[in-house]
Amino acid sequence: MTALQSPPEPAGTTEPSSSSRRTKRRATALAPRDKLILGLMLGIPALVHIALVWVPAFGSVVLSFSSWDGIGGFEDIEWVGFQNYVDIFTRYPRFWPAFQHNLIWLLFLLVIPTVAGLLLAVLLDRQLRFGRLYQSALYLPMVLSLALVGFIWQLIYQPEQGLLNNVLGTASTDPVNWLGDPDINLYAVLVAAGWRHTGYIMLLYLAGLKSVDPALKEAAALDGANAWQTFFRVTFPVLKPVNVVVLVVTVIEGLRAFDIVYVINKGRNGLELLSVLVTDNIIGESSRIGWGSALAVILLLIALGVIIPRLFQVFREEGRS
Amino acid sequence: MTFRPGRILLHVFLVLTCLATLAPLLWALYASLRTYDDTARNGYFSIAESLTFDNFSTAWTQADLPHYYLNTLIVTLPALVLVLLLSSMVAYGVSRFSFKFNLALLMLFTAGNLLPQQVIVTPLYRLYLLTPVPGWLSDSELLLDSQFGLVLIHVAFQSGFCVFVLSNYMKTIPHELSEAARVDGAGVFRQYWQVILPLCRPALAALATLEFTWIYNDFLWALVLIQTGDKMPITSALQNLKGTFFVDNNLVAAGSLLVALPTLVVFFVLQRQFIGGLTLGATKG
Repeated sequence: MTALQSPPEPAGTTEPSSSSRRTKRRATALAPRDKLILGLMLGIPALVHIALVWVPAFGSVVLSFSSWDGIGGFEDIEWVGFQNYVDIFTRYPRFWPAFQHNLIWLLFLLVIPTVAGLLLAVLLDRQLRFGRLYQSALYLPMVLSLALVGFIWQLIYQPEQGLLNNVLGTASTDPVNWLGDPDINLYAVLVAAGWRHTGYIMLLYLAGLKSVDPALKEAAALDGANAWQTFFRVTFPVLKPVNVVVLVVTVIEGLRAFDIVYVINKGRNGLELLSVLVTDNIIGESSRIGWGSALAVILLLIALGVIIPRLFQVFREEGRS
Repeated sequence: MTFRPGRILLHVFLVLTCLATLAPLLWALYASLRTYDDTARNGYFSIAESLTFDNFSTAWTQADLPHYYLNTLIVTLPALVLVLLLSSMVAYGVSRFSFKFNLALLMLFTAGNLLPQQVIVTPLYRLYLLTPVPGWLSDSELLLDSQFGLVLIHVAFQSGFCVFVLSNYMKTIPHELSEAARVDGAGVFRQYWQVILPLCRPALAALATLEFTWIYNDFLWALVLIQTGDKMPITSALQNLKGTFFVDNNLVAAGSLLVALPTLVVFFVLQRQFIGGLTLGATKG
């Protein structure tokens, strides 16, 4: 980690002030051959990215105003304006539950793993014997796919054979069907998803805490601040950029959530999510492309709520310089 | 060292938290090491009569796991190499030269990396259905249901993150270095290949580790874009294998752990790179 955060230090570095001037000059002084090569180096990857990410994203927006079952060519597409959206909001019984589940998903991830991750990061951000070992154990779930998390946690949640009911002692008497009961299965799945997410949040906060100037904390201690005051008045405000990253990462993860509910019950019976509704229109029973696209656009609009602020955060400095 | 009760309390808390974190995996491991007869008679919540690796070998052969590992390899390796190559070229262009469109291009990649997959998956499926490819590349003769198509979407989708990380990294490399190479007569490609890229080795190692895990762990792309069960990479194949081959919990546990194994190995061997990649992606430069 440390090796990555410090930039490489080649020998013979001169003063950096001249570099910006030189950059400008070089940009105009490129040989035609170099221009062509640079064009290809930038053009090919950009083309791949635009063709397979942005064209389909744009396609979702356009197709969301259409009614098309995918049979026949583009000439069979019928344009219906906002009808898909109206139908989704007013007549589609699965939409509002899914929307609500996504909301609960976001709130849960933003509260429980975030607080737990921050707490663990604060506890581990000190010289501590076995500190690395603790960190490794807590990071470990991060490398597993959410699909696999779904499989592994099914072994815990099974009514009679699962670990949880056996530990609670309810396995033989009155087993709770953690994943089958639509009133609780969302929360059971969220615990599993949060299990994986906490390590990630901890990692982000640990990296943030490392950049907090120890002198600030010392100054606060000298002024007679206790540990709580130091944390909330000194450390936490410095972590503001990390908080934004945590927010963005969590919201995007929350909107992308799909694998885990899909492997458990294909996202039904209490586990509906917007991502499942979109996917159902491709691999599920119905193939309503306009409909699925309209759902995707709703997902996109929610995602833009964090993507745009994130872009501002990242590129503000760039624009100034 | 002096005896500090606070420290001991902290250690107790951390040990318990770590054990709780590892519990689901340990429970899966325990179930996978027991025989079916044992768990059928005594239940899973009991002391094992004996421990055996039989479930692992059964899962391995019955479900033909090597075949699915190979499917994953065919997709993951080319995708990994291509995404690092293409992303580093873009990062080089936008970080070492000041073109007017640099900021726009960088924003495009950064925003693309944040889109939920479902936003693009419906038109992408249609696009793959309409795009013919030569038969030697895919027996479906379409991008749909071809491993080539899967590689392409991984490259396109993951390049957002890699461009973002690598361009931040390359900005920290002094301009004088490529300048010196230029004076010596090196063209832009040689400057990129022989000067900048070798200096990015730490960032490339971190990204390679991270991207390997992400591409390996992909579930949605393969589920939607691959239709023949035989071509599925292992993460998505597990869904089909469960129920057909992995009928009892012991086998499900063993199969799950076998699928997790490559990522676990990567994590234990390359943890520093893995963590470093995530930190690089979250912070700026």
